[in-house]
Amino acid sequence: MSFAENPSEFPVTVDPEKCIADKGCTICVDVCPLDVLRIHPETGKAHMKYDECWYCLPCELDCPTQAIAVSIPYLLR
Amino acid sequence: MSQNLDTDSVFDADVLVIGGGTAGPLAAYKAKAANPALRVVLLEKANVKRSGAIAIGMDGLNNAVVPGFATPEQYVREITIANDGIVYQKALLAYAERSFDMIRELDQWGVKFLKDENGDFDVKKVHHLGTYVLPMPEGGSVKKILYRQLRKAQVLISNRFMATRLLTAKDGRIAGAIAVNSRSAELLVIRAKAVILAAGAAGRLGLPASGYLWGTYENPANSGDGYALAFHAGAELTNLECFQINPLIKDYNGPACAYVGGPFGAYTANSRGERFIECDYWSGQMMLEFYRELQSGRGPVFLKFDHLAPETIAEVEGILHKVERPSRGQFHAGRGTDYRRDMVEMHISEIGFCSGHSASGVWVDEFACTTVAGLYAAGDMASVPHNYMLGAFVNGAIAGEHAAEFSRDSDLAELDPGQIEAERQRTRAPLRNATGLPANQVEYKIRRFVNDYLQPPKSPRKYEIAQKRFAEIRDDLKRLVARDAHELMRALEVHSILDCAEMAAAASLYRKESRWGLYHHRLDYPERDDDEWFCHVQLYKDASGAIACRKRAVDPYIIPVETAERDAYDRLRILARN
Repeated sequence: MSFAENPSEFPVTVDPEKCIADKGCTICVDVCPLDVLRIHPETGKAHMKYDECWYCLPCELDCPTQAIAVSIPYLLR
Repeated sequence: MSQNLDTDSVFDADVLVIGGGTAGPLAAYKAKAANPALRVVLLEKANVKRSGAIAIGMDGLNNAVVPGFATPEQYVREITIANDGIVYQKALLAYAERSFDMIRELDQWGVKFLKDENGDFDVKKVHHLGTYVLPMPEGGSVKKILYRQLRKAQVLISNRFMATRLLTAKDGRIAGAIAVNSRSAELLVIRAKAVILAAGAAGRLGLPASGYLWGTYENPANSGDGYALAFHAGAELTNLECFQINPLIKDYNGPACAYVGGPFGAYTANSRGERFIECDYWSGQMMLEFYRELQSGRGPVFLKFDHLAPETIAEVEGILHKVERPSRGQFHAGRGTDYRRDMVEMHISEIGFCSGHSASGVWVDEFACTTVAGLYAAGDMASVPHNYMLGAFVNGAIAGEHAAEFSRDSDLAELDPGQIEAERQRTRAPLRNATGLPANQVEYKIRRFVNDYLQPPKSPRKYEIAQKRFAEIRDDLKRLVARDAHELMRALEVHSILDCAEMAAAASLYRKESRWGLYHHRLDYPERDDDEWFCHVQLYKDASGAIACRKRAVDPYIIPVETAERDAYDRLRILARN
């Protein structure tokens, strides 16, 4: 695979202290219309995997522990 | 058959609904309500709980036909005029006559609408002629309410499946669909007696001025798959040259929104803070005046709130920052914009297809039937103009009921193994490629060319260059590469986006006049030409597999429109003071 790394700031950040994905919660992953969130296999916490955010907020609004913060993507900010 | 299908999962449905956003849930619910014995399957690319154009709810109904405020006949007349006469009135009337019953049903389900002190619906005026806007200050929970109804009705929901092709029988009628799972890349073959397309707008056609692929007006999951599905199944599409172009908050690229602010006294203004249009209802004519103001020395264009009382602004913010696009407040805060003090800078959106605000889409009649037997379409991708959320609900309901009836009288068609094999090859190719082009690069390039060449005003030479570039990119599609199921979904979406771009170009070149204000403003034919072009432009796949267009006469009006009324939307401009 010959892909170059193309760094970008992720709009979705997850507070690992508050995230309860390791206890089986997958709400943020389920409600993302763009399906960009995943549970990290090592940490067991939710994280943004794909840089395809519509800054629409269901992940933040539906998170039962308020672990998620969405910022407006930098290019639009 | 089973050995031909290899490892694919196959299942049968009486009614298959593709898309679980707005029209889709209503279609599935009403099909099941019409006949609870039916096997009704709802496929959704995301998750029905939060998907489609109303994933985060909606701040109001923009086309409510409520007794005491408007009649169905008035509504049909308003939209006929707003759409420069090119409408199939029977479908508009079918919507308008069921509009109020749908509002009452949603009200019973728990959707909250603005009511006055007597408990009556509090409808506001935004359109040029009539009164049709019913605010939903607490409209954030619409999707959850719909989801509850789907569960109650026992609709079978399959989330994270993207339909990639429809299957047709030898006689041309619908036979089912193929879908790909966006988590596992599993291929699903669904045999169905009737299929309802409700896959939303083509929202990833143009590139937002920010350059961010996902910073679109529409939910970017609405990548135009429905238009591609219909086209390849042999259905006719109509008036695709009537683009969706919206007045949006610059950079944020969401509505500001005049429909919410207007009834409170906000309005669209130029840099002097002066009104330049009489009416903020989104029409092609309004967008043309908006465009001219941007080009003039009086631009840019703003939405003006700063003359309103602080408590009024707080009320508006209470809606705008909580419903539909709730990150608006964060965006304004980041730039230090305060409605009390600052006008909100507006801009023209990228182009798309969306009948919700314009008039393009898969051709449907008053029963939501497409030109393919057993295939229906509803919502933003179906051709009922200016349809918005409530139109998606109503036409979804109409589609669901008719499909339930259709499926009662028909059998499952025999599948064509050749169609399935061809689709397996197409959908597996990006996973097989070890190196090649990532979807985001190909998508960026298509959408940049859409902006460079297709964004109105339209020039035929630019359109021809675009067609050449699109043909080159079509050759590149075989080099698309996906490292996982998610990237495969994106790669397959690129196919839809390119199909839509080519359809937008072909339809725009075919209609040799200007119509619908900015939506179809041709520099070489700047005038409307009713003698030649008072007709629909139907786009379809010809025998060779290429895009073809033909004229379809406008059916005789069932609701007459006075000649004096006909040009009302052309007289929006307020002449500037010196």
